[in-house]
Amino acid sequence: MQQPAPARKLPELLIESLIRAAGYSAILFVALILFFLLREGAPAFAEVQLSQLFSIRWYPIESLFGLLPLIGGSLIVTLGATLIAVPFGLATAIFIAEIAPRWAREILKPLVEVLGGLPSVVLGFLGMLVLAPIVRVTLNTPTGLTAFTGSLLLAGMALPTLVSVAEDALDAVPKSYRDAALALGATKWQTIWRVTVPAARSGVLTAIMLGVGRAIGETMTVMMVTGNAARLPTALNSLFLPVRTMTATIAAEMGEVANGSVHYHVLFTIGIVLFLISFAVNLTASAVVFRQRKRAERLLS
Amino acid sequence: MATVYCSLATVHFEMSRQLTQRLVFTLITLAAIATVTPIVFVVGYIAYLGWPAISWSFLGEMPRDGMRAGGIWPAIVGTLYLTLGTGLIAVPLGVAAAIYLSEYAKDNRLTRSIRIAIINLAGIPSVVYGLFGLGLFVLFLKFGTSLVAGCLTLSIMTLPVIISTAEEALRAVPQSFRVVSRSLGGTKWQTIWRVVLPQALPGILTGVILGLERAAGETAPILFTAAAFFLPRLPGSIFDATMALPYHLFVISTQVPGMPIQIQYGTALVLLVFVLSMNVVATIIRSRARARRQW
Repeated sequence: MQQPAPARKLPELLIESLIRAAGYSAILFVALILFFLLREGAPAFAEVQLSQLFSIRWYPIESLFGLLPLIGGSLIVTLGATLIAVPFGLATAIFIAEIAPRWAREILKPLVEVLGGLPSVVLGFLGMLVLAPIVRVTLNTPTGLTAFTGSLLLAGMALPTLVSVAEDALDAVPKSYRDAALALGATKWQTIWRVTVPAARSGVLTAIMLGVGRAIGETMTVMMVTGNAARLPTALNSLFLPVRTMTATIAAEMGEVANGSVHYHVLFTIGIVLFLISFAVNLTASAVVFRQRKRAERLLS
Repeated sequence: MATVYCSLATVHFEMSRQLTQRLVFTLITLAAIATVTPIVFVVGYIAYLGWPAISWSFLGEMPRDGMRAGGIWPAIVGTLYLTLGTGLIAVPLGVAAAIYLSEYAKDNRLTRSIRIAIINLAGIPSVVYGLFGLGLFVLFLKFGTSLVAGCLTLSIMTLPVIISTAEEALRAVPQSFRVVSRSLGGTKWQTIWRVVLPQALPGILTGVILGLERAAGETAPILFTAAAFFLPRLPGSIFDATMALPYHLFVISTQVPGMPIQIQYGTALVLLVFVLSMNVVATIIRSRARARRQW
């Protein structure tokens, strides 16, 4: 059965170099994505004046390419989603990790995972048909397709990431911390709030950031329920008006532009902005994780 | 007297602590319930309203009358093709990358850059993947709007999910397995192929399915790379455009006036069943593997 050693050596070297190449491929793909976004998006900076990109009118038919209303739209929808998702997500994570009896945990965790698996277009579909009318009637607005409707659904889309990462972080807090707090006479809630959550805070922070990252990049749901009016949100009540996000703009308009036109290039420029935002969010999140790991190593050594 | 006051205060303090706890726990429980109830509602509502539309002809026929009648067969097949094609590309690549990270990579700057790249790939918005696919596969490589462009785009999007779950599964295999295999004269690759991979298989499979589930349900990445608005036939080659369930749902619910509501809910239900059954399979594989784990 045993093959001679040299015959085994060559194929194995080959396989190992393939595996190495696969390992490096992730870097290659990030570079490729950035390269092709720049290749198609950079000409926009030559074709459209910078001051125009930072103006407040997005009206491509008249060659008005102000990105501010779109960036503002993305921000306000994401802000709303964060305000909803963070309290509910943290409460759910604390409930699953610290409070819930075993059977409840066994039901809740798969359910949250199901939410993560729901296609965004299905949520957008129900949002349009069911949620938007409810929003219109309760808030007494002319239309139910508002930033707020988008925020509600985006909160749902951010929740699975937020809950699972935060729950992992809470789970990772050593049991001895809790035991010590309880032994000192703290109630269970005091232990959670003063000991466990602070000990897990960098993980919880990562969870929030990843959830927010997820929300800002969501496309289909937002496009279907936010009404898509490119108007700069200037006050808080803009939350209850239609808005247009960066992602929705790309998805809605890319199909109708001529390749190589100014409009086409500007849509790629929006892609670059989105790429940079997600890059910044994830880099920060991973820096937090790495720093935390380093600190843990220092403490243990 | 002083003692009485003191203990009264203690009792009062103790009660308020207990009261706070009870209040907060109730709030947290309610919040958790409020978080998961909509999920049950979404699935139940679509099942309830979509079920009457489901029939063999709805599933197996071509759309007719500008999609207002007939079935969704090409969309189902298109989504199957896209999912399988994505798997064909992303699984070998993702598992190989995971093997590299868990078995070969040293803890140095390069490895850390790879990890950061993976984290970033996971965070890039799906519509940006669509732009990238349009720029590279559709236009630069001249694949056109096609199955192959869509699969390649979806593969890169799925890659981080597969890599990170597969790596976790590989790392969970105890070091002693590797040591024993090597001490029996197995080479590094034999150890990986015959010992580590089989042990990690359920975990890898779970990750693969969860990754493909995401690919199957996504719309934005195929919007400009693979999806056809209306194509009453099946794609004949990998360079053909295709219909797909998520995009079809988007089209019939926003772009086609006078669309019967039943067809919309029916399509949503088929997509939901497609995606959630993958989710269920993944959950079953994972819990079974956990139950009979030998280490």
